[in-house]
Amino acid sequence: MRHGKYPFVIGFLFAPVALYVTFVIWPYAQAFQISMTNWRGLSAPQWVGFDNYRRLLDDGAFWKAVQHHGVLLLALPLITIAIALFFSFLLNVGGRSSGGQRQGVWGAKFYRVVFFFPQVLAVAIIAVLFQMVYRPNESGLINGVLMKFGLEPILFLIKPNLALWSILAVLVWQAVGFYVVLFSAGMASIPGEIYEAAEMDGATKVTLFFRVTLPLLWDTLQVAWVYLGIAAFDCFAIVAVLSVDGGGPDGATTVLAMEIYRNAFVYSKYGYASAMGVALFFLTLTFAALTLRLTKRESVEY
Amino acid sequence: MHEPLYKTAFPKAEVKHQATQAVSTVLQPRFASGNPPEFVNNSGEKFLDFGALVNDGQLQDLTELWDAPSVDDPSKKVRDTIIPGVVEQGMFSTADGQRKPFVLYYVSTVYGIWYSGKLFKDNGWTAPTNFEQFKALCEQIKTKGITPYGYAGANAAYYQWNVILSQAAKIGGPDVLKNIDNLEDGAWKQDAVKQAAEAWAEIGAKYSDKSFEGLKHTDVQLRQNQGKVAFYPSGDWLENEQKKDTPAGFTYQLMPVPSLTASDKLPATAIRAAGGEGYFVSSKSKNPRGGMEYMRQMLSKAGARGFTETVGAATVVPAGSEGFQFPPGVASAQAALKAAGKDVFNMLFDNWYKELDTEARTATNELMFGRINADAFVERVQKRADAIKKDSSVIKFKR
Repeated sequence: MRHGKYPFVIGFLFAPVALYVTFVIWPYAQAFQISMTNWRGLSAPQWVGFDNYRRLLDDGAFWKAVQHHGVLLLALPLITIAIALFFSFLLNVGGRSSGGQRQGVWGAKFYRVVFFFPQVLAVAIIAVLFQMVYRPNESGLINGVLMKFGLEPILFLIKPNLALWSILAVLVWQAVGFYVVLFSAGMASIPGEIYEAAEMDGATKVTLFFRVTLPLLWDTLQVAWVYLGIAAFDCFAIVAVLSVDGGGPDGATTVLAMEIYRNAFVYSKYGYASAMGVALFFLTLTFAALTLRLTKRESVEY
Repeated sequence: MHEPLYKTAFPKAEVKHQATQAVSTVLQPRFASGNPPEFVNNSGEKFLDFGALVNDGQLQDLTELWDAPSVDDPSKKVRDTIIPGVVEQGMFSTADGQRKPFVLYYVSTVYGIWYSGKLFKDNGWTAPTNFEQFKALCEQIKTKGITPYGYAGANAAYYQWNVILSQAAKIGGPDVLKNIDNLEDGAWKQDAVKQAAEAWAEIGAKYSDKSFEGLKHTDVQLRQNQGKVAFYPSGDWLENEQKKDTPAGFTYQLMPVPSLTASDKLPATAIRAAGGEGYFVSSKSKNPRGGMEYMRQMLSKAGARGFTETVGAATVVPAGSEGFQFPPGVASAQAALKAAGKDVFNMLFDNWYKELDTEARTATNELMFGRINADAFVERVQKRADAIKKDSSVIKFKR
């Protein structure tokens, strides 16, 4: 039967690979090509070599966006994973143990559904929703309450040093639910005997978390970190819909995708926008490779 | 609206009509693939960059249209039946350095500052003509618990740079704006621009509301309708846009941007007016002459009248608006336009250089919400203007 194996496999692979090359690889390659031109979207592009990349080097908006990605890259995974871990620990092993079986806190099933809600909503809807939440006057959800108590409204999206954090809060709020579910699945596969044994040795809940749960969940955490990092390189929809003046005030919340959008579809500078796209591509790739390399650890077999 | 007129004139013609706000999304692929539609109303949320279109030779030279006999009076050329300056506004320089009319701006747009006639009448306030009066009135309004002045920073900061530059034009004459449009060295650093920026930064600091930076234009406009904001800068499309939310008796009224001092070069009545809604014919389409004929029908008395009756806005064909009962806001804008006489000015840089528009918007928010002063404002916009001037991939325009 070994005979016909390769033609058989190739026959099956042909269609998906062809589709993938046409709709994924080819557009990527084209972006590289367009980034070397001064194409404005209508007529034939002219070759300009690395001009667009040289221009990137002293484009203030570009560097601002990169800087924001740096902040998001650290804060988004860190905060999201911390909160998600805490919640999923409570939901799965935080309660009392009954009959040798670890239980979640009371009502864990209900909370699990609630935490997942934001994941079900489209990103654009979330952004519009938070426009209402953050609205800077008496009709805002938060400021409406504050102003009822005679307090000054908080200008969430307007204060340049607060705006990015307000956006980050939305991203975290939206992401946590998914990772609670992901970590719950991971925790469910940790054998109960290990907890039991640890408890018999007198481990507290905190020790349980740091000495048992965390090490045995390492692979899942690593995946979560890469996913969230890549999400931190996007953020377009939230920034575009939620922020003031498209990534403002004065670029205080701008991200690369926003700048790409602006250059391509507002200024019609497709060549330059493609150069930014290529830069983003390499940034994301570098990040993923680095994370996987740095977090490599021997995984625990059980 | 104009399709029946066209069909009466050419019974065999067929007109396919597609309406969209996202012009660029729908049409970009058709231009790129060499199959553009004959006739395009290039306005809405997302419109195609006229500069890029001109540079690519996508637009039909309209000289023939402007010199053609008009529909109503064959002894008059089409160009003589419309508001002066509109043909000029639609002129662009081509790659070989010639200036040709490419775009028909069809809707007459008058810009100014809007207030509620009722609110002012009830309080015995009158529209100020100079800045001292304006500030004094703002002070009075403030004591009433109403925010005297506001614009929406989230997406409509250009309403405010329009006010600043309109005042600059009054201080230093229309050439101030011409220099800006032509990217002359130091155009934004002209004294007139700096003085106007200073004056309005004070209004922003004292008589506006910080939260407006986070609001969209419709939010602030609604607040004006609710009597919470007194003055709001905009063009004369405002009344129609707010139709649904305007309480009965609100009576939109327009006043020109107040002059700064008595030594201003232009009188207090001077006003910014222009054609809005740019229409063009694609030169690479199958029947560009058909597109031009369609324009000629639009510019007939019946065509203009029909448009005005449907939309409630005046066109650039004065004959079409004669005797039409405009709603109070548009009527006040038309009256202001008449009072201005020759002193009508306009600016075009935002259509020519979108990047400069973006920068001006951002800088205006920074200025009006108190993060930078007038010096820094002109400095940073000038810097971007210089960068655009040096950028060889951007086609330059002159007027």
